[in-house]
Amino acid sequence: MAKLHERKFVSADPEKCVGCQICEYACSYGKERAFNPIKSRIRVMRENQINNLAVTCRFCETPSCVAACPRGALSQTINGNIILEKENCTGCGWCIEACDYGAMMLHPETKTVYSCDLCKFRSDGPQCVKWCPEEALTVVTSDVLAQKARLSAIKKLFQTPGETRNQQTKET
Amino acid sequence: MKAYAGKILHVDLTSGKSRVENLAEQTVKLYLGGMGLGINLLMDHSKPGRDAFDSENPLIYCTGPLSGTLGLAGNGYSVVSKSPVTGGVGEGQVQGFFGSELKRAGYDAVIIKGKAANLSYLWIDDDNIQICDAQHLKGSSVQNVEQKIRNELGDFYIQVSGIGLSGENLCRFATIISDKYHTISRAGLGAVMGSKNLKAIAVRGTQNVDVADLESFTEFVKNNYQRVKNLETGKYQFSSKSLLELNSLSVLANKNWSSTVFVGAEKFDADYCIGGRYVEKTVGCATCGMNCNRVVAANGVFTDVSLQFDFDCLLSLGFLCGVDCFDAVAKAASLIVTYGMDCISVGAAVAFAMDLYEHGLISLEQTGGVDLRFGNIDAMFDLINKIGKREGWLGNVLAEGVVQAAQTIGGEAVNYACHVKGLELPGYDLRVLKNVALWFSVTFSGDRYLRNKMKMGKFGDVGSSKIEAGVGCVVAHENFLCNVLDSLIVCKSFSGVYTWKDLVDYYLFATGIKFTEEELRQVGERVENLARLFNILEGKGTRVYDDLPYKIKNVHLQVGDQKMVVSDEELQVGLDDYYVACGWTADGIPTSARLKQVGLGALSYISEAAIAAVRAQGED
Repeated sequence: MAKLHERKFVSADPEKCVGCQICEYACSYGKERAFNPIKSRIRVMRENQINNLAVTCRFCETPSCVAACPRGALSQTINGNIILEKENCTGCGWCIEACDYGAMMLHPETKTVYSCDLCKFRSDGPQCVKWCPEEALTVVTSDVLAQKARLSAIKKLFQTPGETRNQQTKET
Repeated sequence: MKAYAGKILHVDLTSGKSRVENLAEQTVKLYLGGMGLGINLLMDHSKPGRDAFDSENPLIYCTGPLSGTLGLAGNGYSVVSKSPVTGGVGEGQVQGFFGSELKRAGYDAVIIKGKAANLSYLWIDDDNIQICDAQHLKGSSVQNVEQKIRNELGDFYIQVSGIGLSGENLCRFATIISDKYHTISRAGLGAVMGSKNLKAIAVRGTQNVDVADLESFTEFVKNNYQRVKNLETGKYQFSSKSLLELNSLSVLANKNWSSTVFVGAEKFDADYCIGGRYVEKTVGCATCGMNCNRVVAANGVFTDVSLQFDFDCLLSLGFLCGVDCFDAVAKAASLIVTYGMDCISVGAAVAFAMDLYEHGLISLEQTGGVDLRFGNIDAMFDLINKIGKREGWLGNVLAEGVVQAAQTIGGEAVNYACHVKGLELPGYDLRVLKNVALWFSVTFSGDRYLRNKMKMGKFGDVGSSKIEAGVGCVVAHENFLCNVLDSLIVCKSFSGVYTWKDLVDYYLFATGIKFTEEELRQVGERVENLARLFNILEGKGTRVYDDLPYKIKNVHLQVGDQKMVVSDEELQVGLDDYYVACGWTADGIPTSARLKQVGLGALSYISEAAIAAVRAQGED
């Protein structure tokens, strides 16, 4: 059981995320003491106004960023955190290319890569989650995500007849 | 000077050269930023009497002190220029993502002058300024231009602010649009941009934005996030209930200000409410959790509809044109946004044409064979297309705005044009909201888009059935507050959230500059006076221009057993009251003494000359 909940990451609910970028500002403020989305560990994509989603490191089980680094600068701890040994990073960006989520980024000033670390040095946890006004961001494990999906699936299935009828009237 | 970038970018499109000037701290303390800074720069960089479409008329983009920070509802930008519609100050503020990007690129203001040889766009990549060819974007909607420029320059995070076809055609309703649907809607500023052969401004900024007191600032913002979740902003979230309620009170004008209560209003009832079936999603502006932008995608009668929809669109295109079908209103608004026009003005212009047609002032031949009755949906679409493309006689005439159109059409047409200072009215019936009528008549830019929203809550309390002594003071106070909000570029949907004390704190934590409440209020007054002086220089700033349209003043509106009208005497009482509250002369000219008080003593020569001119006129 304990193992199941070891690997946590920040997940955004596409239904709730409005693309307001507050998470980016909160992250750069927490991490860099300045407002600048380009230095944020979480990035928002807004496509056609409707498709908004904040994306950040998923703490993969077999992280491609770690595998991609030819200099062995990246490693993963037991709880999923991606660790960078700065001395070994040349900023070549291979890990950036390898990550399917764009969660690896090159810092404009230090010229080394960085990614989300769940604000591990802060007692109050990830700042993006704390600030999100829509409560779209949560710290989850993949198991919790699966639970949520199942729950919403069965809710749909067992909708009370009244609810269904209401929805139909609304649609017609 | 924290929170400011401290730089002004000058771009000359004729020569293709640009230069950077430092922004003086003194200027910042006088005008804050945004609209106030913009009007100040406009005053410095323009020459009285110069046409709005003259290449030397500056188009000024300004960011506010809060742009680029985590500040709640502060991430906007402001565009100021001489308006081709009113001939005076033209300004507009909009939230979204463009303003913060411009701040990160390192500019508090961008002043664009000259005229490019061919259609171009301006590419601001931090300190790298390029003027790029945009001939392949000719005629494209801003929504497409944004995507094309991002693809072309290969960067998804580029923000684009540009114009559509109507701006290229110098249509008086042209707007400047960013974030696909966020419009600097009034005052025809898109046409000023078009007159410079400038299709768009693309910007990407990478620099930090620092604030003076990070801890207090974030604490302040955080508290306010909690507060906006309360009822204080509720009035902005118009529901169908408030729509019907306002309609029953005859507050909403319909059929070009000719009838009392809109019959089909209940048809909008179920459709226009949050989460209604047309609203695909509500999204937010940068660093604002209120998310009040409804993205509408009609899937009913009309296809290809996607836009951000607003209450005022519904009033102008639905109520004013007598159209009671939400599908049609959404489709019309979508068309208008594609052409890059302003829904409020176009709606008013179409309603104006319909009124003329029904009264036989324009013929079937002149409309191009279209039966332009109120409520004719196809006719509305047809006319919108014609205005957008400047096609046909009527399309071309209306694209010049209702005032010019009324003159061209001649006869009694001028009595049907509802405008203030040349700018078409939004769809509120000023005969019922008399205090608002006074407010509209004295604003320096005709109507000010988001300001209308404020009145719904605030002016209801004052009592709207009569203009009486004391109202002028309220109007003046609200005007000053609006000027401060526009200069800080705080979204006016938040006007119920922030008190003066809040604004003082907000500004202090961001910039480290300490104002008292009175000093901040004085900034608002200073901006009001400065704008007034600009209008006076352009010959549009005196009492005769603070007027209301014929219909509001002369055509009675039957509300219950009352006949409502804002009589001229009533308006004059209001104007007197307002001028006294502002410390202006009876002709609406700021006195030298008052100008000195608000720190504009150096400009008192303008008011002295104006007072002398009025006196000379009186003696003749």
